[in-house]
Amino acid sequence: MLLAATMVSVVAALSILILLIYFVRPIFSVEGLKAVISWEWRPFSGHFGIMPMMVGSLCLSLGALLLACPLAVGISSFVCVLAPKKPAKIVNAVIHYMTSIPTVIYGFVSIFLLVPLIRDWLAKGTGLSLLTATLALSILILPTIVLVYSAYLREKDSSMRLTAAAIGLSRVQYFLFVLLPLTRKGFVVASILGFGRAIGDTLISLMLAGNTPLIPGSLFDSIRTLTAHIALVIATDSQTTFYHSVFAAGLLLFLLMALINIIIRKLGGKAS
Amino acid sequence: MIKQLGFIIFFTLFVLISGNFHAQAISLSDFDQFEGGIDIAGGTAHIPVMNEAAKRIMMQNPRIRISVAGGGTGIGVQKAGEGLVDIGNTGRALSQEEIDKFGLVSFPFAIDGVAPIVHPQNQVTALSSDQIRAIFFGQITNWNELGGNDARINVYGREEASGTHEVFWGRLLNKGEIVQTANIVQSNGAMKVAVAKDANAIGYMSIGHIDESINPMAVDGVIPSQETAVDGNYPVIRKLYMNTKGEPSPLVNAFIQYIYSDDGAEIISASGYIPSK
Repeated sequence: MLLAATMVSVVAALSILILLIYFVRPIFSVEGLKAVISWEWRPFSGHFGIMPMMVGSLCLSLGALLLACPLAVGISSFVCVLAPKKPAKIVNAVIHYMTSIPTVIYGFVSIFLLVPLIRDWLAKGTGLSLLTATLALSILILPTIVLVYSAYLREKDSSMRLTAAAIGLSRVQYFLFVLLPLTRKGFVVASILGFGRAIGDTLISLMLAGNTPLIPGSLFDSIRTLTAHIALVIATDSQTTFYHSVFAAGLLLFLLMALINIIIRKLGGKAS
Repeated sequence: MIKQLGFIIFFTLFVLISGNFHAQAISLSDFDQFEGGIDIAGGTAHIPVMNEAAKRIMMQNPRIRISVAGGGTGIGVQKAGEGLVDIGNTGRALSQEEIDKFGLVSFPFAIDGVAPIVHPQNQVTALSSDQIRAIFFGQITNWNELGGNDARINVYGREEASGTHEVFWGRLLNKGEIVQTANIVQSNGAMKVAVAKDANAIGYMSIGHIDESINPMAVDGVIPSQETAVDGNYPVIRKLYMNTKGEPSPLVNAFIQYIYSDDGAEIISASGYIPSK
């Protein structure tokens, strides 16, 4: 039974990969890889480059991860170790609730609140920017990271708490010097999941990042992610040449995710 | 033999009746005989018309269920072509490739204009078509060059294959290259929200979606509206299409004929478009 379940997920992942490669083939033969792996998206003059979108995807999801991870560690420590029972319970409930808020709500609310704020306060650009999307996305992936990481924290905490108390460590010392190093693996796993959620998210970047197919020069520039690119092209097109670039974008996304997965795992492995 | 003859007579009658349907505009009460569902998806400009027609038909006969979804012109072609929906809406004529691949039949039903739009508080209310091109090509970047405030012009555009984009780009921008830094939004509704929230914005959208939250920009002295589009003074117009895979089923055909009826024309006008007949 378990074997069957494992097989299903492995086969599903593999067949997606194979299907993507199959669909990308026309580009390999017709346009040549050069057309897709280039830095310009101007489909009507024959430039089908999706590299700016890849950079956009990477900047956005790494940015969101950078913002969400420290926050998540803080919240997890608060909920699991440091806080008194009652506030911990409330925060925990809020985090659980946050997982059930649909992405489109974050996007929608951000358009009306965050975008004008960023436009007026910073007086730069249109408010639809890398920064806006990063902020919204970090909130989106926060509960994922918190929930996974605090599961690890709780497990270690239950076996370590008495020992630490016996040595005479304060709660903060206990968290910083005992729990944090012990749960490094949990942190890696949690951030992989968070990253996966971030790079796969479409609506936040589609609604908030401005979708300009250029490489961002600053946080206030507008970007287009691979996922938003797929959504934009699919929504209005079906038979032209640049339709195939969508599958290239999909393949790239798939490979990117795999690569980051491996890197984070390697880093985590070395550290522990 | 008699059974076969009966079948042939029945079939002939059926063809005659349904042929009749095809020719005649129908009214709401004609939907009483039907039962079943119609799924509609595609172009976002069509939604107000589809929704109102669907509402009236479902109020008349609750056994008919009509679902209306957006997605965009490409989704309309794709979904109708793959047989996932009964009617796929497009904001542009189908390309020959699309017709060949899917065997789609098109039903144009309305004329829509695409207008440049700005924030209501923008002091610039009229531009020449040359000036509009200069803005979208990135040659004019500040509103004060056009008599407005000293503020950067924020250009909003649509994705390359959108029906709205195609007509604006083709008819007004003469297929020139739109500045790469333009923000791209994914529907007429999103364009309205973006421009309504940004005092320095310029964008373009379907005339049917214009309301008091944004201002249409007069082009060469003509304010884009239903009236100026119908009398030919405003040239940036297109047709809206419903598409079916092959000939439509009787129920779907009835829906299309309803859009073509006087009731349908009234719905189309009320949604801000011009009935195409």
